[in-house]
Amino acid sequence: MPKASRFNLATLCAGIAFLYLPILILIIYSFNASRLVAVWGGWSTHWYAELAGDAPLLDAAFISLRIAMISASAATVLGTLAAVVLVRFGRFRGRLLFAAMIYAPLVMPEVITGLSMLLLFVAISIDRGFWTVVIAHTTMAMCFVAVIVQSRLIDFDMSLEEAAMDLGASPAQTFIAVTLPLILPAIASSWMLAFALSLDDLVIASFTTGPGATTLPIRIYSEVRLGVSPEMNAVCSIMVAVVGVAVIAASVLTKLGAARGAPART
Amino acid sequence: MTTRPQRSFLAKLVVRIPYAWLAAFFLVPFLIVLKISLSQTAIAQPPYTPVFEISGGLHGIAQFFAGLSLGNYAFLGTDPLYFLSYVKSLEIGAFSTLLLLVIGYPIAYAMTRMPRQLQPILALLVILPFWTSFLIRIYAWINILQHDGPLNQLLLALHIVREPPVWLSTDTAVYIGIVYSYLPFMVLPLYATLEKLDETLLEAAADLGCPRWKTFWLVILPLSAPGVIAGALLCFIPIVGEFVIPDLLGGSRTSMIGQTIWTEFFANKDWPTASAVAVVLVCFLVTPIVVFQHQTMRGIERD
Repeated sequence: MPKASRFNLATLCAGIAFLYLPILILIIYSFNASRLVAVWGGWSTHWYAELAGDAPLLDAAFISLRIAMISASAATVLGTLAAVVLVRFGRFRGRLLFAAMIYAPLVMPEVITGLSMLLLFVAISIDRGFWTVVIAHTTMAMCFVAVIVQSRLIDFDMSLEEAAMDLGASPAQTFIAVTLPLILPAIASSWMLAFALSLDDLVIASFTTGPGATTLPIRIYSEVRLGVSPEMNAVCSIMVAVVGVAVIAASVLTKLGAARGAPART
Repeated sequence: MTTRPQRSFLAKLVVRIPYAWLAAFFLVPFLIVLKISLSQTAIAQPPYTPVFEISGGLHGIAQFFAGLSLGNYAFLGTDPLYFLSYVKSLEIGAFSTLLLLVIGYPIAYAMTRMPRQLQPILALLVILPFWTSFLIRIYAWINILQHDGPLNQLLLALHIVREPPVWLSTDTAVYIGIVYSYLPFMVLPLYATLEKLDETLLEAAADLGCPRWKTFWLVILPLSAPGVIAGALLCFIPIVGEFVIPDLLGGSRTSMIGQTIWTEFFANKDWPTASAVAVVLVCFLVTPIVVFQHQTMRGIERD
């Protein structure tokens, strides 16, 4: 393999710096004692302490976490089923439409998904609120889950399933005893992706939410429109830290699981 | 291919649950958008004439079709605001996809040149910002680009500029925000195809005396075409409908179509017009979406 040239190294470093510097600057500013951006007032955790007293913000964070938990779990179940259908069921009537409904939401502009969901809820006169956001997020996230689990199922060693069936297991038993444990890492990481997508979503939630269900992104958005504030810097830094730790932990766990768990389980 | 199996009740259920969910919450809503885009604006709650009265029987169906009108679409044609908004969105979508390719390609290529054991870590580093909230990443740029923000401080300190330039509320800020947010979507598909590239082809080209730039142009670039197409579509389609980035970083003059739908809907409460704008946007995006689906399905089934 040709070795990396100096140009390659430079582009890579510049690319990584471009991706991380803005977030780093944000975190540094969240510790600025001064309210003014231009003035460095020394290090301080003042703005973090301020957050603890911001009840509407904490409420919004709690609502967002609950929505993300429920919709990620529902999306994981539905998306895994969808992936099994796509990979294991061969050709059936309506497969093309099914596949289209899985792939289209991946790239569909959120404004359109949000608008169409809202019009559905109005047409069948459901009051908008917590549960309508859950339904919307589940629908969006299940497509991402389906694609991730699908690619894992395709790599799958079919002889394991065939062996189980030859030994008299029913398709359902085979799925639970053989397939499910082997695709578990993919399912776990897609749950996390679904969780992150839900926690992050502003546009779809804005369309489908109702009174009493203001999510954290909606709250942040309304503050951010007014300009930069040190409190917002602090909120955002906390969210970055939580997500960063979770993702790194998850990837380390999957690495360990892949290295140790796979041979033991088979 | 598996042979057509005997479907048990359970197997049918496995198909029907996700199918029904997607039909109910993805397909049906679209049909409703289509219907409402064809109805008249009514000053009521909800602000449009009813969708469908099944109780009316045959007469109701006749009334349903009689009630449809292309008025909202005709209205889009009369106001240049909508036309300009579509043009602006497609222009920003196309130009930023090109920018992303030019910036993302060298990064993806450089990743494949790194030692094997380092590559998964680099891929994780590229994807990690995608996991942090979209809104936060845009907000981080508001911090940087504001009038007395770090970028202007740096530029003034280095004597590159005398007066702090205005960044926020400009097209430049929108482009920066888009490139920043979508870079992982461009780099990862490119990396995935470049990584599978057969090294012996490059060696063969080198042995036959082909200069490196020519190898790149004649061998590497054509072979990475699937990645280029996947990355470009993965970026272009959502960028055209982008709302948050132009809303927070762009000026009042940069109105992209996502913002137009948002304003029609939330500020003007004109649901039929918002629906018509959305339907026309989907018409623009239908070709790239179909190509994207085709590519993804082929990509997944080939692997």
